[in-house]
Amino acid sequence: MTDAAKPALQPVSVLAPTKAPALGRWGWIILGAFAVYAATTMRWDWLLDYYPKLLWGLLATLLLLVVTTALGLAAAIPLGFVQVVGPRWLSVPARTFCSIIRGTPLLLQLWLLYYGLGSVFAANPEIRDSALWPLLRQAWPYAVIALTVSYAAYEGEVFRGAFAGVAKGQLEAAQSFGMSRWHIFRRIWLPQAFNRALPTLVGETILQLKATPLVATITVMDVYSVAAQVRQATYLTYEPLILISVIYVLFALLIQRAFAAFSTTRYMRSPR
Amino acid sequence: MSLSSDAVASPEALHVEGIRKSFGSHEVLKGIDLTALQGDVVAIIGGSGSGKSTFLRCLNFLEHPSAGTVRINGEDISLKPDGHGNLAPSSGAQIRRIRSRLAMVFQSFNLWTHMTLLENVIEAPVRVLGLERKEAVLQAEDLLNRVGLGHKIHEYPSFLSGGQQQRAAIARALAVNPYAMLFDEPTSALDPELVGEVLKVITALAEEGRTMVLVTHEMAFAREVASKVVFLHNGRIEEQGAPAELFGNPQSERLARFLGNFQ
Ligand SMILES: Nc1ncnc2c1ncn2[C@@H]1O[C@H](COP(=O)(O)OP(=O)(O)OP(=O)(O)O)[C@@H](O)[C@H]1O
Ligand SMILES: [Mg+2]
Repeated sequence: MTDAAKPALQPVSVLAPTKAPALGRWGWIILGAFAVYAATTMRWDWLLDYYPKLLWGLLATLLLLVVTTALGLAAAIPLGFVQVVGPRWLSVPARTFCSIIRGTPLLLQLWLLYYGLGSVFAANPEIRDSALWPLLRQAWPYAVIALTVSYAAYEGEVFRGAFAGVAKGQLEAAQSFGMSRWHIFRRIWLPQAFNRALPTLVGETILQLKATPLVATITVMDVYSVAAQVRQATYLTYEPLILISVIYVLFALLIQRAFAAFSTTRYMRSPR
Repeated sequence: MSLSSDAVASPEALHVEGIRKSFGSHEVLKGIDLTALQGDVVAIIGGSGSGKSTFLRCLNFLEHPSAGTVRINGEDISLKPDGHGNLAPSSGAQIRRIRSRLAMVFQSFNLWTHMTLLENVIEAPVRVLGLERKEAVLQAEDLLNRVGLGHKIHEYPSFLSGGQQQRAAIARALAVNPYAMLFDEPTSALDPELVGEVLKVITALAEEGRTMVLVTHEMAFAREVASKVVFLHNGRIEEQGAPAELFGNPQSERLARFLGNFQ
């Protein structure tokens, strides 16, 4: 809030909000008031029947989010790095990969993988007989792959910028002290790139959370798909949707908290 | 040609011959020879674009020279063509070992901004030279004290003034116990009122017999601390000698004119 008083040019201040709680006092009060209203005037008896399913759905959503962001990050770092340092035979495919994935709807990727690749696999007797088949006949591996690939492509782009933004002089200083390339990458380049990427990653991870309901379209039972089931079975429209909306908001807050713990903005000079 | 009086006793810290460097068709260095004995302070002066930085960076191969040889502390750096018409060190292990004892101080400090001053200073000793961490910390505290930053060891660089950052960078360089220190205009990025504190530190190092190669535009300082001054012009050594001679009685027209700019 005090930001308004600060000078306009201050790239560092973008980092600050990661630490602030996203729901202010008023946010919580409004949320609480709404909860009271909803609890007293709406129907919630279905919860008794559906809460085990809901909990499983919750777990599925959480797992999908955590696993795909972790795997996606692990892929994004090299994807971004090779685009900065080359060689061309790595940087060109990496850039192409990022452009294509970022340029196509996630829903399409999900369906291409699940219905396209899935049916190719199903038609191939060698795969049907392989040890992997019990895995490949399920829906969730395709969900994990699609969400991971998408996150990797977006964050690959973020890391490209983050790596490129690290001051060249600091890398030269490292070189001039006889550090090996790996040492420079691990101790100087990556930590600084990561810190630069962090504020963006928070937002991107919340977007990733909000992309997870798409997996319901390929029969993965996430928390959204449970809500859709409730709606069909009980003809209640608002109650299940409101419940999972609140759940997503809380998850988003959790993401912010988690990233704030990682945040190493302390070494940045705060703008005066 | 050495001008220090005890030249016979001092072994060579640094010896380069025939350094050439081109960027594309633009030849920036046209064959430079230089010797620094242990304890020598060589000041390199010259106009903007004369190749001073490029030459300094060829000494530790941050820049690959097109031709020439570099010997550090009696050891020749083994070289091979790098495929772009320049010479690259042929042994990664050798160049890293030599670099680790050829500390460089940059115009823009180049401290690692995600590390505190202490972490900056112990990084190379611990992770390149393999010094015990405890020992490195003691040494770092001592060095930071010596450059007047004992109270800032847990501070991050971006919270310090330029002068403080440069003094920390000098402490970081000293921490590897260098054979020779390479300075590239260490005070050029500083506000005028901060120049003095950095020059004072460098002068103290000269007095304790540190070997240094120093690119500078501070003529009074060069005259005071240098044991030898080298005037670069157009990629060649136009004139070199003891500071008193070179500043007091410049032989070449160009040097006289160059020095005239500073009066
Ligand atoms: N990486 C590079 N690519 C192309 N040209 C370069 C490069 N680095 C330096 N040069 C050119 O080489 C010449 C010498 O540059 P150098 O930086 O060594 O000069 P300098 O004597 O240090 O000058 P200054 O006093 O301004 O620092 C300049 O003409 C410069 O444009
Ligand atoms: Mg220069």
